[in-house]
Amino acid sequence: MTKHGAAAWILAGPALLVIAVFFALPVVAGLALSLTDFDIYALADLSTLRFVGLQNYAHLLQTPLFWQALGNTLYFVVVGVPVSIGLSLGAALLLDSRFARWQPFFRTSLFAPVVTTAVAVAVIWRYLLHARYGLVNQGLAAIGVAPVDWLGDPHWSMPAIIAFAAWKNFGYNMIILLAALQAVPRDLYEAARIDGAGAVRRFTDVTLPMLMPTFVLVGILTVSGYFQLFAEPYVMTQGGPLRSTFSMLYLMYEEGFRWWNLGNASAVAFLLFIVIFCASWVMLRFDRDAPGRR
Amino acid sequence: MPRREAPAACAGAPAEVQGRRGAIRRIGWGSLALAGSLAGCGRGSKNPEGPLDFWAMGREAEVVTELLGAFHARHPAVRVRVQQLPWTAAHEKLLTAYAGDALPDLCQLGNTWLPEFSALGALEPLDERMAAAGIPRDDYFTGVLDTNLMPADGGASRLLGVPWYVDTRLIFYRTDLLRAAGHAGPPETWSEWRAAMRDIRRLAGGRSYGVLFPLNEPDPLFALSLQQGSVLSEDDTRGAFSQPPFRRALDFYASVFRDDLAPRMANTQISNVWDEFARGLFAFYVTGPWNIGEFRRRLPPERQGDWAAAPLPGPDGPGVSTAGGSSLVIFRNSRRKEAAWKLISYLSEPETMQRFHALTGDLPPRRSAWRTPALADDPPSQAFARQLERVHAAPKIPEWERIFQEMQLTAERVVQGRQRPEAACRELDTWVDAVLEKRRWLRSRRA
Repeated sequence: MTKHGAAAWILAGPALLVIAVFFALPVVAGLALSLTDFDIYALADLSTLRFVGLQNYAHLLQTPLFWQALGNTLYFVVVGVPVSIGLSLGAALLLDSRFARWQPFFRTSLFAPVVTTAVAVAVIWRYLLHARYGLVNQGLAAIGVAPVDWLGDPHWSMPAIIAFAAWKNFGYNMIILLAALQAVPRDLYEAARIDGAGAVRRFTDVTLPMLMPTFVLVGILTVSGYFQLFAEPYVMTQGGPLRSTFSMLYLMYEEGFRWWNLGNASAVAFLLFIVIFCASWVMLRFDRDAPGRR
Repeated sequence: MPRREAPAACAGAPAEVQGRRGAIRRIGWGSLALAGSLAGCGRGSKNPEGPLDFWAMGREAEVVTELLGAFHARHPAVRVRVQQLPWTAAHEKLLTAYAGDALPDLCQLGNTWLPEFSALGALEPLDERMAAAGIPRDDYFTGVLDTNLMPADGGASRLLGVPWYVDTRLIFYRTDLLRAAGHAGPPETWSEWRAAMRDIRRLAGGRSYGVLFPLNEPDPLFALSLQQGSVLSEDDTRGAFSQPPFRRALDFYASVFRDDLAPRMANTQISNVWDEFARGLFAFYVTGPWNIGEFRRRLPPERQGDWAAAPLPGPDGPGVSTAGGSSLVIFRNSRRKEAAWKLISYLSEPETMQRFHALTGDLPPRRSAWRTPALADDPPSQAFARQLERVHAAPKIPEWERIFQEMQLTAERVVQGRQRPEAACRELDTWVDAVLEKRRWLRSRRA
């Protein structure tokens, strides 16, 4: 090893050690756990732990509850991510507008939900969404809409959770998109205006293409975050009604901490990892193959 | 079963659940922490002189502090620290505490959770202490005490908990509707029950259903199946849901829905059970003792004379029901077992139990505690007293809670007409056999 090599290892060593201990080791331990039947009996007496190979995975894929959880999670991602990013984009455009006043104030207050505790604000949302006394239904009643049992009706529970999650998270992407918007060179807009493009054309032909790389970044971050839906249904609906808000992570939590089947729970975690990995890969491919990109 | 209607769920959220990413990470860490504790590092370093840690759940935890005055007067040296756990989080909290060696000295434990902690070997046997303290075992309702007896080596059994309060299911009913339908008293057999429900359904143009079996509650169906026999076979290592005992119970349960004598509704679809009962949506409601208080509080004054409780009808005479409730247990790793036992024996005195009942409405497990007028002269409570003489324990295996929930999901499919009972029960047995595979393996290993 060269002298430079040694120096590099010494400098990178502490960071690598931290990554090994706090990332690589838990991941490997989790993978190993998912190949065993670690359960309440193994917790009592480690000699009852058995290596079961891929049985946990095979079993999960045959469990209707797993597919239901996957379906609910996909519903949340497919509807929630566009809604959330749309909100972020809308808010970012408003903040970026020439007419916007007190921009720092609005930027801060729109970002505020991101830094609040999900559990605490979920409690407030439960009040807002309460079927009888909730502000949302009172507002709907004022415009003549019959009350909706947001958290008790299996058809409305997921939309309610999506609304909550979108509100909670849009501020984060808003900041990123706002930065990207402000980085769009003003002369592009000027040139477009001289060419006779109206506000809509300037948005679709200048703003959106310039934001594309940011969209991919924001999209991947949001998709992988939204696949890990847990705190919202845990606090607001406990996965119900009729398991309509039961997510993959919720399944993992129940397997692991309610039934104490840590083997199964780890298998769920790895399946979720594969799903997120595939989704991110597809999005990257999509970005690379998008027209106008090299 | 220990659980009641889910309490305000927001109270149940542990503060550490902060985000989706956090949860994933915790599983990873949990396994590491687990490996650490299993490797044997640092078991029990608690100070034997410190205060007694007592974990209790929900309302009982609030109330028990009010009972401690007299205890402190008698045992000034023992300080008690009561920690309240919400029911929704208690089970996870206890298991995690076991894995992290952070269990308290004593705890309130739902008696369906006892098998789990017994399998973990976390509980201190209490037979000798019970005998030495002179607490007569036969003063306890037999079926309730039985839920605390766990099989030990050599066919014997050990007492791992002392019943604190009891819970079972029976019928609450509308006396006026029953009378209008031409029935003088509550039904005692399934056929009488069905006849009464039919007559009530015919009354007033079918405005009232016969009974409410909430589709998300497993207890009513399980109580009916306890009357017929066991739902598990081969030493609780295989499902017996396709066997005649459970099939008879399921057939009765499903036929009530098929004949339109019960609405196909979950509890969550009925915004207020008490309003609907007062309005006469259903005449019978299979539920537990906490509803004595709720009915008195929540039914309108003009309906207070129109309801009563009676033991659960059986196939051919008054039937058995579930043996639920909570017990008090001492954890094996406690360094303050003597003090913990002092508290348990204080809470087990009939007078303390009577005060506890006055504060919470929880029914005492000792027959001698029932001699107070508040219980002895109260007709709905007396219905419970009669039922408590006929209660059976659920299978004493850690997997029971899970099987119990799955049983109800199966029954729901049958009731909704999505599956035929034969196929549904066969599928349930296959599922149960898979869940109990480890038990079969453990048994063959022991043999």
